[in-house]
Amino acid sequence: MSGKKNTNSACRSMLYMPGNNPGMLQHAAVFGADSVLFDLEDAVSEREKDAARRLVSHFVKDVDFGKVIVTVRINGADTPYFERDLKEIVPSRPAAVRVPKCHSPEDVTRADELMSEIERANNMPLGSVKIHAMLETAHGIEHAYDIAVSSPRIEALTLGGQDLTADLGVQKTRGGVEFLYARGRIVMAAKAAGLSAFDTVWTDLNDIEGLKNEAALAVQIGFTGKAAVHPSQVDAIHEAYRPDTKELRRAFRIVAGAEAAEREGKGVISVDGRMVDGPIVTRAFNLINLASLYGIEKEDDLT
Amino acid sequence: MKMIKNSLARLVPEEIPGVGKFEPYVSPFAYLDRKLTSPAIKSRPIHPQAPRHDKVTSDIKRAIERSGLESGMTISFHHHLRGGDAVIPLILRALSDMGFKNLTLAPSSLPDSHDFVADYIRSGLVTRLFSSGARGEVGRAISNGEIEIPVVLRSHGGRARAIEQGDIAIDVAFLGAPACDKYGNMTGSAGRAACGSLGYAQLDARYARHVIAVTDNIMDYPLRPRISIPQYLVDQVLLVDSIGEASKIATGAVKISRNPVDLKTARNAFDLLKASGLMTNGCSFQVGAGGASLAVAAFVKDYMKENKIKGSFGLGGMSGYMIEMLEEGYFEAMLDVQSFDKSVTDSMTRNPNHIEIDVSCYANPFNKGCAAHNLDMVILAALEIDTDFNVNVQTGHDGVLRGAIGGHPDTAAGAKCAVIVAPSFRGGVPTIKERVTTVCTPGETIGAFVTERGVCINPRREDLIRRARDAKLPVKDIRELKAEIEALTGVPDKPMADESRVVAVVENRDGTLLDSVYKVV
Repeated sequence: MSGKKNTNSACRSMLYMPGNNPGMLQHAAVFGADSVLFDLEDAVSEREKDAARRLVSHFVKDVDFGKVIVTVRINGADTPYFERDLKEIVPSRPAAVRVPKCHSPEDVTRADELMSEIERANNMPLGSVKIHAMLETAHGIEHAYDIAVSSPRIEALTLGGQDLTADLGVQKTRGGVEFLYARGRIVMAAKAAGLSAFDTVWTDLNDIEGLKNEAALAVQIGFTGKAAVHPSQVDAIHEAYRPDTKELRRAFRIVAGAEAAEREGKGVISVDGRMVDGPIVTRAFNLINLASLYGIEKEDDLT
Repeated sequence: MKMIKNSLARLVPEEIPGVGKFEPYVSPFAYLDRKLTSPAIKSRPIHPQAPRHDKVTSDIKRAIERSGLESGMTISFHHHLRGGDAVIPLILRALSDMGFKNLTLAPSSLPDSHDFVADYIRSGLVTRLFSSGARGEVGRAISNGEIEIPVVLRSHGGRARAIEQGDIAIDVAFLGAPACDKYGNMTGSAGRAACGSLGYAQLDARYARHVIAVTDNIMDYPLRPRISIPQYLVDQVLLVDSIGEASKIATGAVKISRNPVDLKTARNAFDLLKASGLMTNGCSFQVGAGGASLAVAAFVKDYMKENKIKGSFGLGGMSGYMIEMLEEGYFEAMLDVQSFDKSVTDSMTRNPNHIEIDVSCYANPFNKGCAAHNLDMVILAALEIDTDFNVNVQTGHDGVLRGAIGGHPDTAAGAKCAVIVAPSFRGGVPTIKERVTTVCTPGETIGAFVTERGVCINPRREDLIRRARDAKLPVKDIRELKAEIEALTGVPDKPMADESRVVAVVENRDGTLLDSVYKVV
């Protein structure tokens, strides 16, 4: 990442909402999630695909979701809905579409080409709707980097845990040891390509402790965000991303040092008597941006 | 009917023919400056009894004849048996069969299920109705103008005041008794139709000219281990087959909502309570049993646990959740005027700190001190709220009567912080109005309105605004939130009403009139 300030809006949480449930869609913005993910795929039965697509398209177009980032998970390229989903959803201008079951770069380039056509036909700036590529097969995971660099539209790689367990023939465990490689691979590929990386969902709504552990793991590994299947999961995910107080205090000092160095025209930044490098300064700025999401604007706000 | 504007710019009648004169509402506590005269203190009606007098009969008509009830008189019932109540239908049918006319029906409230009361209004058995609310068919019948004399709707505290002041003079009270002995000692804590507290009935028993305990469960004398209404207040014991259907009286334990919108609302309300600084040792608290309200209680409990806070008392209608908080030591006592669910009905006999209180003790502003006036925090629901924070819990967006006032205005007036929780819109109809259809609780008594979309604090409460802002709560101007919601829903038309025909009035707890309800067209 370049530049001092992280200008990307933070996207710690992505809240899935069934695309066929207007009662939930109308409240999408209120649950505190950084982004919402209207689902046309697994949450919607075959007979409701058309209705859900139309509903989501109208919601995205007509409703003001404020600062919440709106994305839509479409049906995969191996389904008869793929093209129609893109044709109706892209013109409603979500921030991104999540393309499921990306096995190879071709899956992404196919979506990319279609999206470009749709954008041209609708007089939209080319590339304005991004792609979040969802990797949920062993083949997809093994091609993570190739997928990540397959299109300039790609903004994020995301892990689809449920399908991956099936493909691997393994059980989902509470500790998630079965995903260790997939998680590491996705984060590494995404970061290498300068993308975000989003972790899979925690499906047991009654096990908030399990979610907290898994969210903590996602943060440690380097995921930039994690998906949620229920509004009650959002807080736990955000807590996992809360910056460490000690680290944050140091970040405030680093930023103060950097600003002082800039004022005084010094090239070298020194904090607590030690020299600080550029990437450390960038990270300090990012941390402070993140802290503002927790109501922490200055060092005095830390208790 | 001559109408006058009250301080909320609502037109209210100066007099209701057949009921009496009324003053317009001025402000929540204007009664403190008003010159009020107590009714002359009279002794209780005397009923000399011979030793071993037999009070028990199973002949309904005989019991009614003995009571001295005549056409044109006033009868009362309690609503503790809720949807399962079989006492009101039983007695009204008997009165109808016996040819009574023009009775005033003055129950503590009417259960949801009692649509048949509309038929007795149409037949002329009941020509005046005083209640806490009117729902279903009864609400529709009143709103359609099927009762000539406007209905007087009162809060629980307001009804207690009206009875003690003599505005409601009950001739015969028919009080369902889940457990009763042959001399009329009764309680709601036992029996097949157990309902818990008899708080509403206790007051009627004290003030009615004639009291009939209606029971399906005569227990050995003396009733034990608990007497809610003592024998010396009871004239007769009427033994019937059933006073109610148990499964509809004590419904299963009220569960905390899992609806994410309710939970978000509850979270916002809880955050406001936290910011208010009222959640400290010795605090007092009331919540309803509704989805979002009870969810607030769950957040409060977690907070008290985490911060080792012990409250003084919980108040009002008791759900199992509140009793759990008592038993787990989060509050010293629960003051119970009405018990909501099954888990609560026998708790009073087990736990001396689960205290049965009568409705005057609960909320009457004119006695020597009611519990609602000692309340710190109350969470209340709403059908509508307006930009001046007036709350409607009585009429729907179509103008039809469909709710009950309950203790809403009493606890809002008494509490240090009254928080209204409601969804921003229901079925596409926004909750915030420019003017509510019917004012039930004046905005001056409301601290804040909370929805899933944020917290609106009454501008009268600068203290609360400051605290909420300091806590970085999502505080919004109520007009801003109204606009935000209307961007989603549009603005619905006002219900069509015939403003020349008042079908009901809403009385403030002090006896002044808050608003009129009009015939729908």
